[in-house]
Amino acid sequence: MSRTVVVIGSSIGGVRTAQALRSEGFDGRVVLVGEESAMPYDKPPLSKQVLAGQWTPDRTELLSAEAAQRERIELRLGVAATRLDIAAKQVHLADGTRIDYDNAVIATGASARPSPWRPGSGVHVVRSLDDSLALRADLLRDGPVVVVGGGFIGAEAAATARGLGHEVTVVDPMPTPIGRVVGPEIGQYFTELHHRHGVTTRFGTGVEGIEGTAGDLRVRLTDGTELAAATVVVGIGAVPNDEWLADSGLPIENGVMCDEFCRALDAHDVFAIGDVARWYHPGHREYVRVEHWTNAVEQGVCAAHNIARPDDLRSYRPVEYVWSDQYDWKVQIVGRPTRGTRHEVVGGLTGVKPRAAVLYTDEDGHLLGVVTVNWPKALVQCRRLVTDHASFDEALERVTTLDASSPPRPPRPAVPAAPEALPAAPAAGGDHG
Amino acid sequence: MPVLKADFAACQGYANCVDAAPTVYDIDDDGIVVLLRETITDEERPRIEEAARSCPVSALTIEDE
Ligand SMILES: Cc1cc2nc3c(=O)[nH]c(=O)nc-3n(C[C@H](O)[C@H](O)[C@H](O)COP(=O)(O)OP(=O)(O)OC[C@H]3O[C@@H](n4cnc5c(N)ncnc54)[C@H](O)[C@@H]3O)c2cc1C
Ligand code: SF4
Repeated sequence: MSRTVVVIGSSIGGVRTAQALRSEGFDGRVVLVGEESAMPYDKPPLSKQVLAGQWTPDRTELLSAEAAQRERIELRLGVAATRLDIAAKQVHLADGTRIDYDNAVIATGASARPSPWRPGSGVHVVRSLDDSLALRADLLRDGPVVVVGGGFIGAEAAATARGLGHEVTVVDPMPTPIGRVVGPEIGQYFTELHHRHGVTTRFGTGVEGIEGTAGDLRVRLTDGTELAAATVVVGIGAVPNDEWLADSGLPIENGVMCDEFCRALDAHDVFAIGDVARWYHPGHREYVRVEHWTNAVEQGVCAAHNIARPDDLRSYRPVEYVWSDQYDWKVQIVGRPTRGTRHEVVGGLTGVKPRAAVLYTDEDGHLLGVVTVNWPKALVQCRRLVTDHASFDEALERVTTLDASSPPRPPRPAVPAAPEALPAAPAAGGDHG
Repeated sequence: MPVLKADFAACQGYANCVDAAPTVYDIDDDGIVVLLRETITDEERPRIEEAARSCPVSALTIEDE
């Protein structure tokens, strides 16, 4: 008898799960439900290439209608799931219909944490394609930009707004905003990165209120000063989209609680993946939730495997990986750097387009995480070293050897004179932020 | 036989492909993907397909020849 898998959420996690079901040999029905009516699209370019106007929105498409048909993925777009009935094994949709499932995969992701400050207009978050396009429309007008939040999204939005020629100020109550991810010492270099590109930072200062309307906003800070802004971007984190599951009976704790096989606790025919899932990581021996692109893909593949092959359950124990493009820095982070107590820098973090790897270790001498800047080759090696539980000393030696064997090259010109002569040049993208 | 293709200009060195399928994808000193083989077998295809779909800029494809 043919089984039905209903995947709820039609962005990177949901789409890749549906496709992986086919790769894993699942032959039953696959239904992909999505709240947004647009064809599934990808998010990382929304604070980078799309916001900068370098990419048209269609370049973010994740799944075309033809590809969906070819892979026999039934699309139900433009309709939100409103309820999950785990006893009747049904997903309820906003248009009143219900879909029976044998397995459900919750991939509803997260939403931008809403701005607590709501003046008439001119305050933006960046999560959906519409958000990005609305912000871009405001950025096409002159006037200073204030970015609240110096995390990944805030830093990328600041870099992009600066690239469009705006005067930009980043405000964050943390002394070094990216410090939560890379530690305060390395965070200092990220602060310098902003400054080198002419962006003002007000770190260690919070926002008290925002008044006015688009084009004429005033941002009041906790130290009593006021910043004038035409546009404000608020990037203060994300909240998992789990409220529609409140009456499902599934355990929810800031995310859908899952076991190491990506199955919801107490309901093993329901899976959750991506930004919305909090699962037991057997390597870390704790429940974690990760808001990274690669995690949504890998967890989707794992869930698909476990649905297609219940006789061969795979546990999900990834090494964390996230990238971020800020100004001329391509930042790649693997593992859990801030669990370390000590770090060592190979290469340099200052000057124009530097190249570096920062390795983090604990008291026991394990390699816990690595941050690389403009050095994908080192990233590949470090990702393997973290996966293999390498010792810090061994990892340091390997990366130092790599550094000596392939010295950094001079930065590529921002605009190549003859692009066709440089087939390996990266596409116009994050480099200009 | 399925043939591996890469859009070298689109590649951003995110290296997900190398992590997922180190026997067919690698990365050079400039952080650009390198195809270690031209073709793959049909048995390998599902695994390599998943690796290709883990590329954040969709630079990798597998074509039938
Ligand atoms: C601007 C931006 C830039 C980013 N840049 C990077 C980066 O450089 N590197 C990186 O690693 N990560 C980045 N991320 C994070 C990465 O994009 C996320 O981790 C990833 O999108 C998570 O995928 P997901 O499918 O789990 O959830 P989401 O992408 O949040 O998708 C969830 C989908 O479910 C839908 N949905 C929600 N509720 C319902 C419902 N009730 N019924 C039906 N559908 C519903 C939503 O409309 C959405 O389409 C970025 C995120 C953003 C917003
Ligand atoms: S995953 Fe894509 S962007 Fe990354 S190295 Fe491979 S081809 Fe290039």
